[in-house]
Amino acid sequence: MPLTMIDDHPLHVDDEGFLTNYDEWNEDIARSLANQIGITLTTRHWEAIRFLRQDFKQRGETATIRRIESAGGISVKEQFTLFPAKPAKKMAYIAGLPKPRGCV
Amino acid sequence: MTSTPTARAIVPKFDDETNRERKLAIICSKGSLDMAYPGLVLANAALGEGIETHLFFTFWGFDIITKSRMRDLRISPVGNTAMHLPGQDVHFPQALAPLPGVTAMATRMMKKSIAKLDIPEVPEFLDQIVAAGGHLWGCRMSADMNGLRAEDLRDDVEAIISASDFIDKTAGAQLLFI
Repeated sequence: MPLTMIDDHPLHVDDEGFLTNYDEWNEDIARSLANQIGITLTTRHWEAIRFLRQDFKQRGETATIRRIESAGGISVKEQFTLFPAKPAKKMAYIAGLPKPRGCV
Repeated sequence: MTSTPTARAIVPKFDDETNRERKLAIICSKGSLDMAYPGLVLANAALGEGIETHLFFTFWGFDIITKSRMRDLRISPVGNTAMHLPGQDVHFPQALAPLPGVTAMATRMMKKSIAKLDIPEVPEFLDQIVAAGGHLWGCRMSADMNGLRAEDLRDDVEAIISASDFIDKTAGAQLLFI
């Protein structure tokens, strides 16, 4: 598994760049990751990211955009505004989680 | 596991030029439950990758967007030789397929297994697709054949359009006929 440097953080990632170690993440790192993909985190972004972190901890799976709407309270439409074009993958990346695995 | 960090940061390529230029058109021509889902799953996946997506509902597929029918899509084992008894490699006998109640039972079972995967029912799935930026279009000829008008369809169907208008709107798109 490759080790990469994002700002000053050495991080274990998969071939695409998604973090592979849940505990290597912190909010400082999230800001760096978001910055890498051109996103400035607002309160609403943080709500999505924190929901994803906590949901993954409980369920061992990255929440899909449908779940972020139904259980996390952020509508699909808003997710597309906050994380344009590829919300599911962008959120997972910033939250230091694997890409969602389901089809829907 | 390697221990030397790579010189350049490894970051996913989210700003993929090809996807930004990609456009997908899906023609939904079937109104059975099992044939409604593939188009919706693919549309949803494409939207999640940032691809402009259009769905054109025609012939039996018109039921998917017709308010009075969209909650009542069914699956029948009649003529479906790939239908098996639940969880087994045993074919569902075709002679039993047309019996009363079999369609209802098959529909119930399929809905249950879809719900188990936390995949929404068809109308809610279309809500999600529209929220993600998908475009829904009704087919002019199907509307005329069924005597249906815009107010009979989901409110988020953008318009009832002719086949040539759809072809025009989806210039350069990749196309799926389902």
